[in-house]
Amino acid sequence: MPFPLLTAITFMPLLAGIIILLVPKNRTGLIKGIATAATGIVLVLSILMLTGFDYNSSAMQFSENLSWIPQVNINYHLGVDGISIGLIFLTALLGFLACVGSYGIKERQKEYYFLYLLLNTGMLGTFLALDLFLFYVFWEVVLVPMYFLIGIWGGPRKEYAAIKFFIYTLAGSVFMLLSILALYFASQPHTFNMLELASGNCGVFAKGFQIIVFAGFYLGFAIKVPVFPFHTWLPDAHVEAPTPISVLLAGVLLKMGGYGFFRISYPILKDAAIYFALPFAILGLINIVYGAFVAMAQTDFKKMVAYSSVSHMGFVMLGLASMTITGFNGALLQMFNHGIITGGLFLLVGVLYDRAHTRDIDKFGGLGAKMPVYAGVLTVFTLASLGLPGLSGFVSEFMSLMGGFISFRLITAISVLGIVITAGYFLYMIQRVLLGPLNNAWTGISDINKRELFTLVPLMAVVIAIGVYPLMILNYQSAAIAKLIQDIGGLLL
Amino acid sequence: MSVSASIGYFLPELILAGAAIAVLIAGLFIRNKAVLGALCLAAIILSICNMPHSFQATGPLFSNMLINDSFSEFFKEITLLVMGLVILISIGYKPLDDESAGEYYFLLMSAAVAMMLAAASDNLIMIYISLEAISLISYILTAFLKHNRSSSEAALKYFLFGTLSTGVMLYGISFIYGLFGTTDLSAISSALLSSGVNGLAASVSLILIFAGLSFKCALIPFHMWVPDTYQGAPTPITAFLSAGPKAIGFAILIRIFLKNFFPMFPDWVDIVQAVSIITMTAGNILAINQEDIKRMLGYSSIAQAGYILIGFVVGTSLGIQAVMYYIIAYVLMNIGAFGCVILVFNSIKSDCIEEYSGLSRREPALAFCLTVFLLSLAGIPPLAGFFGKFMVFAAAIQSKYYMLAIAGVINSVLAVFYYVKVIKFMYLNDPRTSVKEPKPFPAKLAIIIALIGILVIGLFPVPFINWIGNSLL
Repeated sequence: MPFPLLTAITFMPLLAGIIILLVPKNRTGLIKGIATAATGIVLVLSILMLTGFDYNSSAMQFSENLSWIPQVNINYHLGVDGISIGLIFLTALLGFLACVGSYGIKERQKEYYFLYLLLNTGMLGTFLALDLFLFYVFWEVVLVPMYFLIGIWGGPRKEYAAIKFFIYTLAGSVFMLLSILALYFASQPHTFNMLELASGNCGVFAKGFQIIVFAGFYLGFAIKVPVFPFHTWLPDAHVEAPTPISVLLAGVLLKMGGYGFFRISYPILKDAAIYFALPFAILGLINIVYGAFVAMAQTDFKKMVAYSSVSHMGFVMLGLASMTITGFNGALLQMFNHGIITGGLFLLVGVLYDRAHTRDIDKFGGLGAKMPVYAGVLTVFTLASLGLPGLSGFVSEFMSLMGGFISFRLITAISVLGIVITAGYFLYMIQRVLLGPLNNAWTGISDINKRELFTLVPLMAVVIAIGVYPLMILNYQSAAIAKLIQDIGGLLL
Repeated sequence: MSVSASIGYFLPELILAGAAIAVLIAGLFIRNKAVLGALCLAAIILSICNMPHSFQATGPLFSNMLINDSFSEFFKEITLLVMGLVILISIGYKPLDDESAGEYYFLLMSAAVAMMLAAASDNLIMIYISLEAISLISYILTAFLKHNRSSSEAALKYFLFGTLSTGVMLYGISFIYGLFGTTDLSAISSALLSSGVNGLAASVSLILIFAGLSFKCALIPFHMWVPDTYQGAPTPITAFLSAGPKAIGFAILIRIFLKNFFPMFPDWVDIVQAVSIITMTAGNILAINQEDIKRMLGYSSIAQAGYILIGFVVGTSLGIQAVMYYIIAYVLMNIGAFGCVILVFNSIKSDCIEEYSGLSRREPALAFCLTVFLLSLAGIPPLAGFFGKFMVFAAAIQSKYYMLAIAGVINSVLAVFYYVKVIKFMYLNDPRTSVKEPKPFPAKLAIIIALIGILVIGLFPVPFINWIGNSLL
């Protein structure tokens, strides 16, 4: 039996979490060390996975398939292909960097790192599971630590934000559970295997049935993405969550919803996916434009970044709706890029908040002179987020729009406005925070320190590298995307 | 089977009955609840070892009064599990004094015998008698804290509702006797299949019997006794009431309705479906604003019964398996939660949810256990409560009861409000006191058994599903 790489990736954090439970709670250095080592090992393993991955193949690789509950045909089935590999690397990278970013947390550290690691296992498992039951288990496992992480270490309205997040996501996912059960009983022989269900070997589902099941999954995924009008939990959760948790929330949790569309809704429910293409495009448009306008109205730095996430995830919806290879590639790449860029932006907001204890954009000004390194890094991430060519955000937004243009010209044309608005609010933010006369309150503010820089530099490197040479990640995903489009019957453009 | 031949299959009950009397007498000399409790536990273990392990029905006992089949054996084992855990947490319950421990255990062991008889009854009169025995013992146990007014009030309420509903049930049984000329369930089944029956009269009598059993399972509208009784009764007894009689109620429901009266399925299924939806919805909504944790768990147990009822309404093999699996999970998580409530009460002398503030700082292990039990009750994977719900919903979807499944999942979201409220107080709020009481080992043991149980049967349900599959009617 080969080394179970994917199991190791998934359960390494949980194992470390259990070890942490056994460590006395005043040994905080040891606790941090264990957590950092575990997330570091996951990162190394995920790089091993990247190097061992054959990107000419669209099949599942490193698969592990064991029988778990044979009476109802549930399997412990993990695997990675071009669709999930980028997201797993993203999770491993952000998981490690946010762990280093968590050193600023001084309260109840033992509980914090245990929950943090449990969260990591849930996220990684969600992207690796190929059995719908297993997928659901990991999906729900994410909820509980997230509730505590926001609720205990969050800001002033943490209790409200935490329970709102919990209830919203649970409300969506229980309908997903019903859809999973409906698929199980409609397939012949009954199975939870995503690949089998997508292959058509278990029977072809009627269109009406597909539409209902699709709607059930949609509730689960759309709340996570979040698609308008289910996005209202997001600004609350983001604003209240501590910085490292905001990073994972924006960087990884939102991608779970988008990944669900790629892995489950589209391949298994093809007819419904085509049926819902137009609504998807319209929702994508609303997300892009509405999210951008709301972001522009924010004075809270963190809330602005949160709403910019709503806007950026709209490109994922638009790319999906296009049913083209370009659009799908763009949507998937947009998820990865958004994770890196917004993760970085949340870290930067945290850097400022740790020093100033406020996030009110209007209270800053002229920080560029006092914090030159910070100003440089913030500018790079901001420009990447608003889609400057040469940085990663541009590539994926451009591809999503290009794909969208083939299928929905008018909607795409209006969506482009979103980029202009995005440029508007980001540049306006730069102007108010970094430029202008220095606000006297911040004369003693110190520049970004080495640890903070350590968490940001790798992200910045990825942003620039993908912006200059996008093939290095597109290569991984293109074979799987081409096969997916072919299976769905989309446009091979 | 004749009486003498039946005795061989009746050993577990005899052991318990013997132990009940022994502990009553021993209680006169040994005034120590731990020692007497250990005696009872020994009897329970001995009783489990003497189970006949009849994985196939071996036929009627005692002139058709009882039946010895694997289905009844499953519920007997559940009874013994409940009793074992209840005795363990009773030993750790402070308000129970050593003086009256003998009587207390005598009553509990007698209740165990009555429950085992009820699970195995194959005759309506036998069912009635054993249920009445469970009820009478429960009334006394509820009032066991003689000097506590709310304990007495709880028992009186319980008694009034109980007599009413058993009266209704007896009335229903009299109709059945009028229709079939017998109370023997096997004879009724064959009569129903061969010659048919007056549908209206039979439906009315079934509804009356269902009403009587609804009281035991605490289904709406026969739930009114629950909040006050749960709040006022000694906490180990609350744990017992929420788990034991409820499991037995479901066993009898399945036996009467899904085995013997299955040909009349369409006549009653709509009513029971409505009861299920109303029970879980009302239970959950009423639980949200409770301030006393025992009251809240009372309403929660009403809602849980509503979920279990889904499997019963569906009535397929998967549905019955779901009911049985859910009952194992429910017993463990509910008694576990009440065990934690007892330990908290021992140190802060209050059952008020707000007093749970900061429990995670004061008693991290206890707060962790209670959190796991509550999350399991809320149905969060990978805990046992989730897999129970999963099976129940699967059964509903398989048989196209979409309304029930949708009502079930909406309710699971609703329920999160009040389960998480307790967790919120324990973890998100600051502690108000720093009182710390030593925790008695038996109660800790019960909590650990329940905790490991819900993790194991949630993560590795295979052997349990096999066990249930072998225990179907």
